[in-house]
Amino acid sequence: MLELLVWVPLIPFLGFLILVLTPQKNSPAFAPWIGAGSVGVSGLLVAIIGYQFLHGTMQPYHAMLGSWLAIDDLAIPYGFYLDALSLTMLFVVTGVGFLIHVYSAGFMADDPGVTRFFAYMNLFVAAMLVLVLADNLLLLYLGWEGVGLGSYLLIGFWYEDANNGYAARKAFVITRIGDTAMAIGLFLLFTHLHTLDIQELMLRVTRQWPVGSWLPITAAALLLGSAAGKSAQLPLQTWLPDAMAGPTPVSALIHAATMVTAGVYLIARTHSLFILAPPIQFGVAIIGTLTLLMAGCAALAQTDIKRILAYSTISQIGYMFLALGVGAWSSAIFHLLTHAFFKALLFLAAGAVIFCFHHEHNIFKMGGLRKTMPIAFWSFMIGSAALSALPFTAGFYSKHEILLATFQVSPVLWMAGCLGALITGIYSFRLVFVVFFGAQSHKIETKLGWQMSIPLGVLSILAVFGGMLQIPLASIFPALLNTDIQQSFNAVSVITVAAPVIGLLIAVLFYLTGSFSVQQFANHSLLKPIRLFFLSGWAIDALYDYLFIRPFKAITSLNKNDVIDGVYACIAEFSQNLHRVASASQTGRVRWYASSMVLGTVVIIAIGLLS
Amino acid sequence: MSGIPMEFGLLLSAVLFVIGLVGVLVRRNLIMILMSLEVMLNATGLAFIVAGSRWGQADGQIMFLLILTLAAAEVGVGLGLVLQVFHRFHTLDADSVNEMQG
Repeated sequence: MLELLVWVPLIPFLGFLILVLTPQKNSPAFAPWIGAGSVGVSGLLVAIIGYQFLHGTMQPYHAMLGSWLAIDDLAIPYGFYLDALSLTMLFVVTGVGFLIHVYSAGFMADDPGVTRFFAYMNLFVAAMLVLVLADNLLLLYLGWEGVGLGSYLLIGFWYEDANNGYAARKAFVITRIGDTAMAIGLFLLFTHLHTLDIQELMLRVTRQWPVGSWLPITAAALLLGSAAGKSAQLPLQTWLPDAMAGPTPVSALIHAATMVTAGVYLIARTHSLFILAPPIQFGVAIIGTLTLLMAGCAALAQTDIKRILAYSTISQIGYMFLALGVGAWSSAIFHLLTHAFFKALLFLAAGAVIFCFHHEHNIFKMGGLRKTMPIAFWSFMIGSAALSALPFTAGFYSKHEILLATFQVSPVLWMAGCLGALITGIYSFRLVFVVFFGAQSHKIETKLGWQMSIPLGVLSILAVFGGMLQIPLASIFPALLNTDIQQSFNAVSVITVAAPVIGLLIAVLFYLTGSFSVQQFANHSLLKPIRLFFLSGWAIDALYDYLFIRPFKAITSLNKNDVIDGVYACIAEFSQNLHRVASASQTGRVRWYASSMVLGTVVIIAIGLLS
Repeated sequence: MSGIPMEFGLLLSAVLFVIGLVGVLVRRNLIMILMSLEVMLNATGLAFIVAGSRWGQADGQIMFLLILTLAAAEVGVGLGLVLQVFHRFHTLDADSVNEMQG
């Protein structure tokens, strides 16, 4: 049954082809069925394949599909590679992806562009599946660019608003910086190791390159650059908050559950390379820590419901990077899995709120939705509990693992991680309390359809019990130095568990009981600048504006008239003038022509006679 | 046929040719231009005849016959064009028919 693997990305791609070829006017009723159905079928295949794989020998399965190029001794075959890591990603992409597609059928039902929407979504899913299944880095790069395209198309889905188009271009351009780094990294790897097949490449890397030499360091740094771009880590994170311009299911699928975790997947996939470059691996941890703190603080100050979730996504991916950096590879993937559940849940619940509020995003204009929207409320409660890693939710198990592993490597990073967990507790419950408690400001008439309620229910269950899932990643990653961290119960794990609870209590005091006045706090002369600083996402957009955009514009304005173009303009001008002279002699007068013929003949005869 | 020296015949032919040429260049009436062209053709024909008689060969006369045919054809086409021009522009002035300028 493993031969079905080829169909897993192919079916969503066929769905894309069908949808993109149907006329876009008067979106047909079958569009959501094909859009969600193709992902559903592909999810079913993954379930069959996963069952087979997990109950078999768990040997990696390699499906050769063909050859891209075969010239002399240069052969670039391509195929799909299935092991526990790609299987985990397959479950996330098709499982969570299917739920989000079903949800979208309700959310986008009234949108005139629903066919286009599902076409893009299917294209994205197909590209993402190619990315996780690719057996060589070139095919992975194809998927990598494909998801970038899908993300661009879907962020700018409501293209009538120029701001959405701007957000889409911003996301595309910034991730492109990382992609360029990746392309250079691939060139470097291929030049020195003569293969791009991931398994073979990792073997050769460990065999040929010494630890800490410049080659693995450069290659790992380039791959890290691409991962940081895709996963919105410092310093390339600025695109993700703006990417919230897209429809909410898009944010749930692409900018929370799947695409932004591609960077984590890439680093986990090429972990052998990172092990050979200890400074870069530590750099991954540093980047993760800085990002999780920065994004957590930024999330505290936001007022847009989706921007809060966007910053929390950045922050959670920061945890995954931290885990990768300290060598807790499987914990990173585990957190990726649980994060996909609870963040998709949070986004979909936020989408339900936005849907009922007719596209209102400001949390302070909502309030008291607890009674009127029970499904969204409970989804949000469960999602926030998992996000802030309260005990016995899915997020708890994965984040706990990460923090304990971090403590073994660096207590300083562990402290930063705990601080981040505390901040996570504050901002996630701030969101819940502001939106769902307090006085009700609006009447809600819109009801959620079954398409929207069922995915919320399923994801809620996964967000609670997802932590129980056992993913057999031990065969892929090297084990941690100290394997009995799970059993150790000491001050470290107490603090790790307590941090989010303290955050929750702070949020209760500020936003639920009102023991402290938020207004007074936020408008305090000392704290207001800090709040505004956090609101702008640490003013990094403004920094880049000064560092890159303005110098670039200044340079381009110098060459406004294009010096090189001037040369060609001159040539064109010259030939046009010549033409003008020649056409002036064409008067239309027969006698003039006759005279010039006579003159020419006389001249020619004269030359003939005189020479 | 030895009474007249060849130079005189050629001179006459040249003079006729120049008269025709000047006529083509100077006259504005299309009919007159056509007539001047005929003069030029006949001047050429005369040159052939003179040369043929000088060398005592029939080639000159054959050439003259060819020129005669050519002239007839040319007049046929030319007069047809003149008719068309007059039909369209109601004038025979060659200078006022200058619509095809660059």
